[in-house]
Amino acid sequence: MSTRADAGTLASASGAAARQSRDGGATPPSRDGRSGRSSARTKARIAELAFLVPALVYLVLFFGYPVVKNVLMGFQEYTTKTFFTGEAPFVGLDNYSAVLSSSLFDKALLNTVLFTAGSILGQFVLGLAIAVFFRRSFPLNNVLRALLLLPWLVPLIASAAVWRWILDTDYGALNRFLGALPFVDGNPAWLTSTSLALIAVIGVNIWLGIPFNATILYGGLQEIPEELYEAGALDGATGWRAFRHITWPLLRPVVTVVLVLGVVYTLKVLDIILGLTNGGPANSTQTIATYSYFTSFKEFDFGQGAALGNVLVLLSLLFAVIYLRLNRKAVDE
Amino acid sequence: MLFPLYWMVNVSLQSGGGAVATPWFPAAPSLDGYVRAFNDQGHNLVTSLVVSLGSVVLSLVIAAPAAYALAQFRIRWATWVLFGVLITQMIPGIVVANALYSAFSDLGLLNSIPGLILADSTAGVPFAIIVMRAFMGSIPPSIVEAARVDGAGQLRAFVSVVLPMSRNALITAGLFTFLFAWGDFLFALTLTTTEDVRPVTLGLYQYIGTYVSDWSPIMATAVLSSLPAIVLLLVAQRYVAAGVTGGAVK
Repeated sequence: MSTRADAGTLASASGAAARQSRDGGATPPSRDGRSGRSSARTKARIAELAFLVPALVYLVLFFGYPVVKNVLMGFQEYTTKTFFTGEAPFVGLDNYSAVLSSSLFDKALLNTVLFTAGSILGQFVLGLAIAVFFRRSFPLNNVLRALLLLPWLVPLIASAAVWRWILDTDYGALNRFLGALPFVDGNPAWLTSTSLALIAVIGVNIWLGIPFNATILYGGLQEIPEELYEAGALDGATGWRAFRHITWPLLRPVVTVVLVLGVVYTLKVLDIILGLTNGGPANSTQTIATYSYFTSFKEFDFGQGAALGNVLVLLSLLFAVIYLRLNRKAVDE
Repeated sequence: MLFPLYWMVNVSLQSGGGAVATPWFPAAPSLDGYVRAFNDQGHNLVTSLVVSLGSVVLSLVIAAPAAYALAQFRIRWATWVLFGVLITQMIPGIVVANALYSAFSDLGLLNSIPGLILADSTAGVPFAIIVMRAFMGSIPPSIVEAARVDGAGQLRAFVSVVLPMSRNALITAGLFTFLFAWGDFLFALTLTTTEDVRPVTLGLYQYIGTYVSDWSPIMATAVLSSLPAIVLLLVAQRYVAAGVTGGAVK
């Protein structure tokens, strides 16, 4: 999944917290005696629960089951053989030790960290700059803002395809553009050299993430009352000072959500990397997510793939918990 | 920001230009790329369309009642359900795919439209619940109560009062659910292995995986795969924005 799920989720999550389930007058007034009333109430209660059941069943089957199953598979020898024999013997921590000790794991972990940190930093800074830019009114503001959303709507794999052609070493648009500049020589092999591929992939992912960051941050900026800036201006806070002392502190809750969701989504990115480089060259763009995919679906070692997937889940949980903790403290103070 | 999209359209309109430098402008536009894209990927586009529409229907049918229950009924553990829904966003698709592969294999759901619809809805269902719940929380309970007093059952009140009032929320949720399913790559990649059932995202991936000698059909496919999303957004924009309860309570 991409970051495109977030906008709405996020916008409503904050509202969701504020709104608790209210007394909806769900139980109808009963006209019977006491026992009739309680049985009518039970009936009404069951009718109410029936509204939730399909969703609960779906969530359990498509999220609960996979998580439990992955935890189990992480301890099992689960390979192609399993599909024929139906046997998946438990092997303790073998999968984890095999995966963690492989030379590829260190590389994938480092790449994951670099990919996530680089993407988030770039997306956030550029997204914020664009959001601030769109705050002032100018002609075509709305049209431009809508256009900015377009990259968000294109299927990720389609974006990856376009970028692949733009970044092509010999005929790509980027190198043709660079070649026309006087001070550049050589044809950087963006996607096919081990030193550049990760940078190129991060760059593309930043491009993809800007609309999301800009949109959410723009929404956050709109919430800050104009009067504060007017008052600040009287005290001499304009420009950068206004940003530091008014915008940034007030934007903080939105920033937190954007960053947490951004990291959680970036950790699991697969489409872009597979579309651009397939994890290559020489594994230089392999992350934990792609490593997990290749282990499960190319080598058909589902046990080890699950172990890697579980590492990924732990990473995102860990990050979310740490970040929320730190942030809560900062807010409390 | 928009150059890659321009480039996509530009390249898609170039006539049979092999792997050489593409002109910066489509001076002599040609639809050859689109013809080939339709020939190669037409079937996949239809598959994507069927799967995405199926996912919209399934997601809304599952999520709308749940969103209503979470917003309006007095359920003590509602917050926990909501928390669970939010947590699902942290579960990587590869983890879901890993487990579903073996389950789908046992159930005969690999390489099937229903299988893909079920899997693709993992993005839509939680999202739709959250979006619609936020909206349905703002429906005044008095309106539903009025319907109940008139003798409508819980389900009847939901279908004939709540759903029509929530039209905009349904459209918003449906729209995004469509986009998620349409853009899905991971489940297409892991849960389909034959050509019979292959969404266009996977078709595109296989296009770029082979040696590329002509980018115009590839970019034409990319354009075609982007169109539904853009058209939908343009068409549905006004629903998304408008407030709906305004006219209902007087």
